[in-house]
Amino acid sequence: MKKLVCASLIAVSALLVFPSAVQAQTKTITLCWAAWDPANALVELSKDFTAKTGIQMKFEFVPWPNFADRFLNELNSKGKLCDVMIGDSQWIGGAAENGQYVKLNDFFAKEGIKMSDFMPATVLGYSEWPKNTPNYWALPAMGDSVGWTYRKDWFGRPEIKNEFKAKYKRDLAPPKTWDEFKQVAEFFQNRTIDGKKVYGAYIFTERGSEGITMGVTNVLYPYGFKYEDPKKPYAMNGFVNSPDSVKGLEFYKSLYKCCTPPGLTNAYMQEGLDAFKSGQVAMMMNWFAFFPGLYKDPNVGGDKIGFFINPSEKTKGVQLGGQGISVVAASPNRNEALQYIKWFATPEVQKKWWALGGYSCLKAVLQDPGFVKSAPFAKEFLESMDMVVDFWAEPSYAQLLLAMQKRVHDYVVADKGTAKEALDLLAADWTKVFKEEGKMK
Amino acid sequence: MGSPGAEPSGDGAGSVYDASMMNAPDPHALLDKAARATPEPLARRVRGLSDRVIAWLFIAPTIVLLLAINIFPLIWTIHLSFTNYRSNRPNAAVTNVGIDNYISVLTDPDIWAAMQATAHFLFWTILLQTVLGFTLAYLIDRRFRGYGFWTTVILIPMMLSPAVVGNFWAFLYQPQIGLFNYVVSFFTGIPTSSFEMIGSVKLAPWAIIIVDTWMWTPYVMLICLAGLRSIPNYIYEAAEVDRASPWRQFWSITLPMALPFIMLAVLFRGIENFKMFDMVNLLTSGGPGSTTEVASITLKREAFEKWRTGYSSAFAIVLFVTVFGLANIYVQALNRVKNR
Repeated sequence: MKKLVCASLIAVSALLVFPSAVQAQTKTITLCWAAWDPANALVELSKDFTAKTGIQMKFEFVPWPNFADRFLNELNSKGKLCDVMIGDSQWIGGAAENGQYVKLNDFFAKEGIKMSDFMPATVLGYSEWPKNTPNYWALPAMGDSVGWTYRKDWFGRPEIKNEFKAKYKRDLAPPKTWDEFKQVAEFFQNRTIDGKKVYGAYIFTERGSEGITMGVTNVLYPYGFKYEDPKKPYAMNGFVNSPDSVKGLEFYKSLYKCCTPPGLTNAYMQEGLDAFKSGQVAMMMNWFAFFPGLYKDPNVGGDKIGFFINPSEKTKGVQLGGQGISVVAASPNRNEALQYIKWFATPEVQKKWWALGGYSCLKAVLQDPGFVKSAPFAKEFLESMDMVVDFWAEPSYAQLLLAMQKRVHDYVVADKGTAKEALDLLAADWTKVFKEEGKMK
Repeated sequence: MGSPGAEPSGDGAGSVYDASMMNAPDPHALLDKAARATPEPLARRVRGLSDRVIAWLFIAPTIVLLLAINIFPLIWTIHLSFTNYRSNRPNAAVTNVGIDNYISVLTDPDIWAAMQATAHFLFWTILLQTVLGFTLAYLIDRRFRGYGFWTTVILIPMMLSPAVVGNFWAFLYQPQIGLFNYVVSFFTGIPTSSFEMIGSVKLAPWAIIIVDTWMWTPYVMLICLAGLRSIPNYIYEAAEVDRASPWRQFWSITLPMALPFIMLAVLFRGIENFKMFDMVNLLTSGGPGSTTEVASITLKREAFEKWRTGYSSAFAIVLFVTVFGLANIYVQALNRVKNR
């Protein structure tokens, strides 16, 4: 007994005196991301990583409205909180040029991770800087774009279908063009369904972070908006403020005025989910990332919900969301963080990632014959990822984004000026930023 | 164990007390006695220090803190305001741009729009809070039955966090389910969903003014109440002997004597509202458009979203000089009123 007590005391003392030895065995890395449904799926998935490597995982999830503020501060201050970062696609330029992310080319080559195994749009959007060059700063982690949900049960009611057909001489169905979309939205606006007043559509209008920009671009792209002259980089006049762009912006405002619930002046993802779940709207704009959760919702999920891709007009286009996974340059646990990336890139893990509610970008998962039927929104997700367009991913993206937030919100919500004036001012703002950056003369 | 040099009668503390009460307050004698009353090693150490040194020792930590967290950042901000520094690009070359940032700030129409929004917010909140706060204080000062209870009830809003206030007023202003629209509808007959307090360009500035007034009128009331309670009763008694009417008493006694307190309340609220951020950010985020984008929201966007550190430092200095200058002029006026 005496020996046992002595041995225990020695063991406890050893633990106290040599904590680093214990730490080495139970190394911990911290993964930083936004606080939303896919993050919970990643927590579940990462248990396999810990089981396989013994490396413990800590998670730092921040709600979307504060996500960029919080983690860009962390990156800028070379903080050591995050070892692995799932940062927004637009951060890639700044993070690469300011040395905040580790360049992964050598690591990918050594570990046999090929970017050609991932969907091209996600590699371009989440990994490359400069764009269209083989310089990789992240592994595509969470594919995402804007998509639409609709109340399938309302669309299927005979009296509603008949009334719609009588009015518009066509069947009531998920809209394929923006004109069709507006008809459907107008049809449902202020209609009484099950004794409750409902509204046509929910669209993004948030002012503070990125909301209204991530909303309006889904109309601008199909109408023909371009960020710059494809032949002359950063030449924006006549592209940002082209007649097509003006029409697109006017259309978004008309949609906001005609067919949205009252009080929708500063609303983004969460407000949209609330509006849809409470049975307030017939159609909702939101990110695909939320669709698994909505499908499981007891009130509006299952047979009551349907999904459709962003409507087209002159062309196709939808706002890219999603993120790549990167290793933070200031991390003291770089090797462990790289181990995580290596593990995450394997096809088995990617399959499980999709099964748990994450959106894999790996071709082996997405091009699997069973993929389209693996979820009710899988087909739409694939179609969307073929037509995604991203916002500027320049190091100065925040300035570019805030300028667009201001100009679009001023016009759409605050009724200030015309669409042409708003886009002219936007082009001027962006020109000023690029001149300050030395990218334009 | 007394010290060898201690007085034979009474303890040390008693001796010090006696000296201060009975003799002329000679600081050296006091210090000497204090030193003699303390244990020998400490007394020996203290004896070697002058009053000035001891005073500096006491205030040194405060001065060091003040320098570290107030003065140094201020000087550093002034330095940054003359550069093109961006805190999200630590590797980029920093160059001196002279007064370019100041010129950009002072000629930027968006900055002037933010200053106008701030001025509108400041003017109306201060006016409403002063009028309502003083009126409430005047009523509470009547000491009616249950005035203590009502004072506590009135003070509740100012005890809440601005973040909480911003959030729940956002719900109250919600056009479909918000209580505010229902109350307005009840009294005016206007349909509830027909107007949006925080979504309308015309109403949003008033929405933030209403919330700030609701929250901070009790604070102004409290200061005014202190002013009213400080007026001696004999002045009113003398006025009554002179047959002064209540109206005359108010204009000739109450208001002039409470005026320094009212002005103090205006100063505090003015400084606070000039830097108002949290409540407005939560209620409107500066929207719709830029209608309620007050100066502090613009500053935050420039500094921590666009990362234009040099530019935002210049803007911060402009704001600082404005507040500091206006506050100084105001304090001089306040002193003149007090010395009347």
